[in-house]
Amino acid sequence: MRHTITVRVNGVEERHEVDANQTLLSFLRDTLNLTGAKQGCNEGECGSCMVLLDGKAVNGCLTLAAELDGHEVATIEGLGQAGALHPLQSAFLKHHAVQCGFCTPGVVMTSLALLQENPKPTELQLKTALAGNLCRCTGYRQILDAIQDAAKTMRAQSKRRTA
Amino acid sequence: MSQTKIVGTSVPRVDGLEKVTGAALYTGDLKFPRMLYAEVVRSPHAHAKVLAVRVDKALKVPGVRAVATGRDFPFHTGIYMRDQTIFAIDRVRFVGDPVAALAAETPEAAHEAAQLVEVDYEPLPAILDVVEGIKPGAPLVHPDLGKYYVESFITPKPGTNICNHLKVRKGDYEGALAKCAHVFENTFTVPQVQHVPMEPHISVARVDLSGKVEVHTSAQSPFTVRHLLCHCFNLPHGDVEVVVPTVGGGFGGKAGINLEPIAVALAMKAPGRPVRVAATRAEEFYATVVRQGLTATLVTGVDKKNKVQAQKMYYLWDCGGYGGYGVNVVRAAGYTCGGAYHFPNVWGDSIGVYTNKPVGSAYRGFGMQEIHWALEQQMDRVAHELRIDPVEFRLLNCLGPKKTTVTGQLLEKSSGRVDKCIEKVDEVLKLRARGKKKPFHGKGIACAVKAPAMPNNAASSVIMKFAEDEMLEILISGIDIGQGLATVAAQYAAEALDLPMERIRVRMRPRTDFSPYDWQTVASRQTWATGNAVLRGCEDLKRQLFEVGAQALGAPVSRLELKDRKVIDKKTKKSVPLAAIVVGYQFPDGHTIGGPVATSAHHVPDGLLFLHPETSQCSKPVAKWTFGAQGVELTVDPETGNLRIERLVACYDVGKAVNPGLIKGQTFGGIVQGVGTGVMEELVIDGKDGRPRNASLMDYKIPTALDIPDKMEAFYVETPQLDGPLGARGIGEHTMIPTPAAIANALYDACGIRIDSMPITAEKVLKALKEKQRREKEGEDVQPAAASVAKVRPPARATRREAGRERPGGVRARRGRAK
Repeated sequence: MRHTITVRVNGVEERHEVDANQTLLSFLRDTLNLTGAKQGCNEGECGSCMVLLDGKAVNGCLTLAAELDGHEVATIEGLGQAGALHPLQSAFLKHHAVQCGFCTPGVVMTSLALLQENPKPTELQLKTALAGNLCRCTGYRQILDAIQDAAKTMRAQSKRRTA
Repeated sequence: MSQTKIVGTSVPRVDGLEKVTGAALYTGDLKFPRMLYAEVVRSPHAHAKVLAVRVDKALKVPGVRAVATGRDFPFHTGIYMRDQTIFAIDRVRFVGDPVAALAAETPEAAHEAAQLVEVDYEPLPAILDVVEGIKPGAPLVHPDLGKYYVESFITPKPGTNICNHLKVRKGDYEGALAKCAHVFENTFTVPQVQHVPMEPHISVARVDLSGKVEVHTSAQSPFTVRHLLCHCFNLPHGDVEVVVPTVGGGFGGKAGINLEPIAVALAMKAPGRPVRVAATRAEEFYATVVRQGLTATLVTGVDKKNKVQAQKMYYLWDCGGYGGYGVNVVRAAGYTCGGAYHFPNVWGDSIGVYTNKPVGSAYRGFGMQEIHWALEQQMDRVAHELRIDPVEFRLLNCLGPKKTTVTGQLLEKSSGRVDKCIEKVDEVLKLRARGKKKPFHGKGIACAVKAPAMPNNAASSVIMKFAEDEMLEILISGIDIGQGLATVAAQYAAEALDLPMERIRVRMRPRTDFSPYDWQTVASRQTWATGNAVLRGCEDLKRQLFEVGAQALGAPVSRLELKDRKVIDKKTKKSVPLAAIVVGYQFPDGHTIGGPVATSAHHVPDGLLFLHPETSQCSKPVAKWTFGAQGVELTVDPETGNLRIERLVACYDVGKAVNPGLIKGQTFGGIVQGVGTGVMEELVIDGKDGRPRNASLMDYKIPTALDIPDKMEAFYVETPQLDGPLGARGIGEHTMIPTPAAIANALYDACGIRIDSMPITAEKVLKALKEKQRREKEGEDVQPAAASVAKVRPPARATRREAGRERPGGVRARRGRAK
């Protein structure tokens, strides 16, 4: 059975026919060719496919594309680009928080969801939020440092905006 | 050493931008028109004869385009020993052994068809335990062992399950042991574990109608994949191209050759169609490759001055169903069997045993974490038994300049200093100068050493060329699997040619058709090997630039320097910009000299020698050693057995910290991977049927952000490596070697219990604590950990040559007692 969905992906309206069993991850990767979100386990355990659905971090592999109608999806591709990086992306570079990079898009999106909800997380809140994102390379330390640094930048930015 | 500007600084990764923006393309991100999806049919039996494979029903599933079985491709493969066929032909040797594969228009069709492949098996008795496997008369996993092609330095024993046996005989072990005042014997075990790269194995192959083979694969070693594919399918190297896109982690699991032959076999059956073979996360656990298990028995003889005089190591490796790569882990563990210590008299046996379990291979550390689990706990136990501080005991017995390794290699000043690493960890954690001890709070230390395990002629090479705007392009075939090789290669070139980092591009996704040769990205050898090649290439680029610059400036070469993207005459201060030279210099009158400036350069290890076949004695068996130490401070929760690692301090002698930010990343990453294998990871293979019991990330836990030590600190000693690029030596793997043993030693310090079997789970800790309380109540020896002390009788003369029986000292290979 196929469903027609209209969904905003990184601010762009997309209208597609999807199979009932197609996942959000497959919709992004195979239909839209947005390959930033990765498939690491396809069973919701590794977090490599984390994207934002209406601002909340979700596993792309556990969400069905058919459920997306009328909703909004944000992926790493909509976050920033060369010359205009998001503070999280800049901080990941500065703190050497990237190694093989396979988990990076998922980790960045999870962090974004957290910081939008809680701009000043404690170390424990941060670790808890990231517990669903596995990284085998970095040992997480530089990732945690990068996110705290980015949080600081983001708080300063929002202060400037409200001032 | 002269001052450096860029080498030694924490410049950001050169591949960082593409990774934080999601732009980096991994093999699974590539789109191939009309691609087919594969499913592999795998053995449900640990050991069985394959009587028949019927594929007719599977072929009738709509969308199925190709099927391949063992009889279609009776070709052997394997890096050090060709003991494996692409698909099992007449025998399966572990649960997961490939029997057939299908390619179809959709993954669903391939999956459906795979269920319809009928295989007739006749189950055979399975070897699921190394100790059983080495017993005389045990069922043979490879009855044809004597018929395989084997590299000269690997010594399998046909007629047994031994796929390799390395013997180390130094000094007079038996004589020295007889004179020792104290003798200690203990057995330690390590289970098979999985690498768990976040990107599972994936290969896409296409065979075009002219016969050209193209393979895109997530691999650590494109040239070795090509070489082994060519051997396997009997193809000329010129007709096989291997392309490696961005790789999502390897840790050794993507070394050598993996899914590529299956992809090529299917592609040969569906000419013109790209065929994608991707491991599921479950297959990743048991059907790709794993780290080998180890059962290690150590005997340590100490004299009255607390010096170890005699040391015996008996290592039994659980190699799984095939030994292709793992046999070299066995070898490396043999010639490094004494770890970071100077043992004057050594009896070492490192024996690889075939079992009907997942296939062992390279894994970060290449056997070293496993043997250090045994060695470093043994040293700690001995120190406690002798009532000498474990730090003192290590300093008294550790390797260093003028000391000899187990192979008799005399270390030099430039070989690196483990004593300095021990002292640094001690200074930071105050292991010796500690205050009052809190209950269930402890500190421990463990050392580490590792050398690159590679053939004596393992080469790396680079191609370097300037673009028209004098952007330097460096082509490498070492793979940046996350460790930062591309960044380090750029740093060396920036240093040598005085170029800013942003004027260098490292082409880090090799295609074997166009890229320079590199043996493999393994062994923590790339900074050293590719780094040296880059520096050599820079010398040649400089020579070419000066040759043209001298004519352009009318100055002798001796007066020229390369600075700020210009060739400068030091006397007249006249200069010519590189951009005017790099594709040929044109004089004002129009005539042109020189041409495009480019070069290639290589590095091969210098002066490595083969080990003596009976004793392994050798003055230079390996290119370099990297030493280090880690210290742990933890508390134990006596209610749950959980450990809380409060501090983890690491110190390594890296020769030169080329990029402190990257090295820190390697160190923290290695520590946490070490915490994983140390306290939570074990691939559980059912002892009855050989099936994996925890082949998912739900059941096989790896550390999350919540599991890391509260505080990690990294320090580096810099004793320059003479043949290292600006003094550097390898570090990537070493960072996870001592972690589990350091945790185990801290646990003993905290509450007096020893866990001999990795991992130190809360369950084992709780059980051991209860056992200790019970003994204390009953007024028994309050130190159950000390129960291992035994004065063993001097070894009988070893006349029997069979490895399984060659166990002087009456050492019984016992299994972990603290389970």
